[in-house]
Amino acid sequence: MPTTYEPIATTTLSTATASVTFSSISGTYTDLVVVINGLYSGTTYGKFTFNSDTTASNYSYTRMLGYSGGVLSDRSGGTDGISLGSTRGTWIAHIQNYANSTTYKTVLARENAAGTGVGAYVYLWRNTAAITSVTFTGVSGNFDSTTTFTLYGIKAA
Amino acid sequence: MPIKLLGVVASGVLEAAGDYESIATVTVGSGGASSVEFTSIPSTFTHLQVRAFPKGNRTIAGENAFMSFNSDTTYTNYRTHTLFGNGASVIAQTDQSVGDNGIYVYSFQGNGGDSTADMFGAGVIDILDYANTNKYKTTRSLAGYATNGTAGLIGLTSGLWLSTSAITSIKFVPTVGTSWLQYSHFALYGIKSA
Repeated sequence: MPTTYEPIATTTLSTATASVTFSSISGTYTDLVVVINGLYSGTTYGKFTFNSDTTASNYSYTRMLGYSGGVLSDRSGGTDGISLGSTRGTWIAHIQNYANSTTYKTVLARENAAGTGVGAYVYLWRNTAAITSVTFTGVSGNFDSTTTFTLYGIKAA
Repeated sequence: MPIKLLGVVASGVLEAAGDYESIATVTVGSGGASSVEFTSIPSTFTHLQVRAFPKGNRTIAGENAFMSFNSDTTYTNYRTHTLFGNGASVIAQTDQSVGDNGIYVYSFQGNGGDSTADMFGAGVIDILDYANTNKYKTTRSLAGYATNGTAGLIGLTSGLWLSTSAITSIKFVPTVGTSWLQYSHFALYGIKSA
C-alpha cells in the first residue's frame, strides 16, 4: 500500500549544535515539510540554505510577526541564506514543488514561539535546481540539545 | 480553458491506504487554464487539504484566488477574514462583495509578469469536516509569494461557506487575472480520522 505522507529523516540533538543538514533528499515526492521543535540559543536568528548555495542574492523572504510589542511585516533580499526567525518553539515549513527543475522554489512557514510571539513567512530561493539538501545553521548561536528536526515527504497522485 | 479533474478516477490511488491520501493533482500545461477544479470528491475522508504552487497571468505583484464549492458562486454564501503582511505593514480585512465568487484566498499566486521561473506562490488550504451535512464549512489557509526582496505577501485566511451540503467539488479561479499559467500545480489530499 502506498504511503502519501512519509517521514524521511529525523535528527534529535544530543548536544548544542551549530548546523544540521538533511542531504541526499530523493526527488520522489511532490512537497517537503520540515518540523523543528526546540530551542535556539542565538541572540539573532538561524537560517536555512538549499543545496549548499550560500549566494546571498538567491534568497529572500516576506514575513509578518506578532509579538508583545505589536505586529510587523517586513522583507529581506540578498541575505546569506534565509532567516529562520527565533526557533524557540516550533517552526513548520512547506517546501512546495521542491524537485521540479523549471521554477524557483517557494517555501511557506509558520513559527510559534511561546516566549516571543508568532510568525508567518514566505521565502523564495532563486534557483531552478531540484532541492537535494537543506542545511539549518545558527547565525549567532547553536540549536540547543533536545531540539528535533524532522523532514517529511508528501506524494501527489 | 478550464481544467476539471475527476478526483478518484484521476488519482489512481483507489487502493491506497493511510490517514493522508492523495486524491488528485493538476499541473497546468502550456496553454494555461482559466480555472482548476477538483470534482467528484469522495466523502470518505474527514478533512481535505489543498497544496498549491500557483501563478496567474496578472502582471503585477499581489494576486489572489477565489475558492468555490459545488459550483456555488453566490457571493453572499461566502465569508473571508484575512490577516496578511505586505512587507511594510500587517493588515486585517474581511471580504464579501459582489463578484467575490468564493472564499478569497489571499496572497495565493505569483506575478505573471515575471519570468517563467520566477515568483510562483504557495498555498496550503485546510477544508475541515467537508462532508458533514449538518454544518457550514470552514477553511483556513496559509499562502504567500516572495520576490528577491522587492515584493511579497504572506497571508492567513479563514473562510466560511454557508452551506450544509457536503463538498463534492472545489474550484480555483484568479481574482483578477484570467488564467493560471503553465507549471501551476494543485494537489488535493484527504485526511481520515479514526
